[in-house]
Amino acid sequence: MESFFETVKTVPLNHYIILSSVIFSIGVIGVLLRRNAIVIFMSVELMLNAVNLLLTAFSVYHGDPNGQVFVFFIMALAAAEVAVGLAIIVMIYRNTNSVDINVLNRLKW
Amino acid sequence: MSIFYFIAFLTILFAVLVISAKNPVHSILYLVLTFFTFTIQYILLNAQFLAIVNFIVYMGAILVLFLYTLMLINLNKDSEPMKTNLVKIAAVLGGGCLMVVLVGALKALGVSQPVVLKNPDLGLVKNLGKVLFNEFLLPFEVSSLLLLSAMVGAVLLATKDKKTTA
Repeated sequence: MESFFETVKTVPLNHYIILSSVIFSIGVIGVLLRRNAIVIFMSVELMLNAVNLLLTAFSVYHGDPNGQVFVFFIMALAAAEVAVGLAIIVMIYRNTNSVDINVLNRLKW
Repeated sequence: MSIFYFIAFLTILFAVLVISAKNPVHSILYLVLTFFTFTIQYILLNAQFLAIVNFIVYMGAILVLFLYTLMLINLNKDSEPMKTNLVKIAAVLGGGCLMVVLVGALKALGVSQPVVLKNPDLGLVKNLGKVLFNEFLLPFEVSSLLLLSAMVGAVLLATKDKKTTA
């Protein structure tokens, strides 16, 4: 078990930051690229997860457990956000029969 | 060392597939795989509590919620709205510029220290639980309120309102 975690010790912190930046950027591209509200929501989840991974890497790097507790709170927040957001999407679908966000540009039904 | 780069490659591959899949159901399934690679990253960092929570909350709860919503909405490939090519190119250019700036700025920093696991017990439930219920007791209680209000709000929003529904 110890030797398994030895493998991480050779990864520079920069590479974690680069990985998180790339995933965050992919999330941003997803938000800009798609018109389906659910896929946009999934891209937001991707961005949240990139930040979570970065916080965990920093937490391990500094040996500080506060970062990991913060990630736990972000996960609780994400669960709440997804529940409310998907309820809103269901309501939009019921009113407009579509999840296309371009339908909503008038901000009224 | 190489396992990190392999998993990182898989993460990026699946993340690209999430945003490029035409069918939303395929997007969600690729998102499950992406989150699974995140779980492996947490295990590699010995953040066992976060690995389990990520596995249960994200892959279990949130993605099932996504799938159920998609089932309620009943989308298929034909009704999938697509943007025009110009907007697509602009979106990829914009996001790509963000990526290039971030990665370029990090490259300019030079080689950093490797991530060393100073305290192997850092991410264990015992250690995190002590921190969570001592220093972070009030935020923990407030997050329970947040979850309750989110639950009430979701039910309120998704319930059919007889008067306003056309």
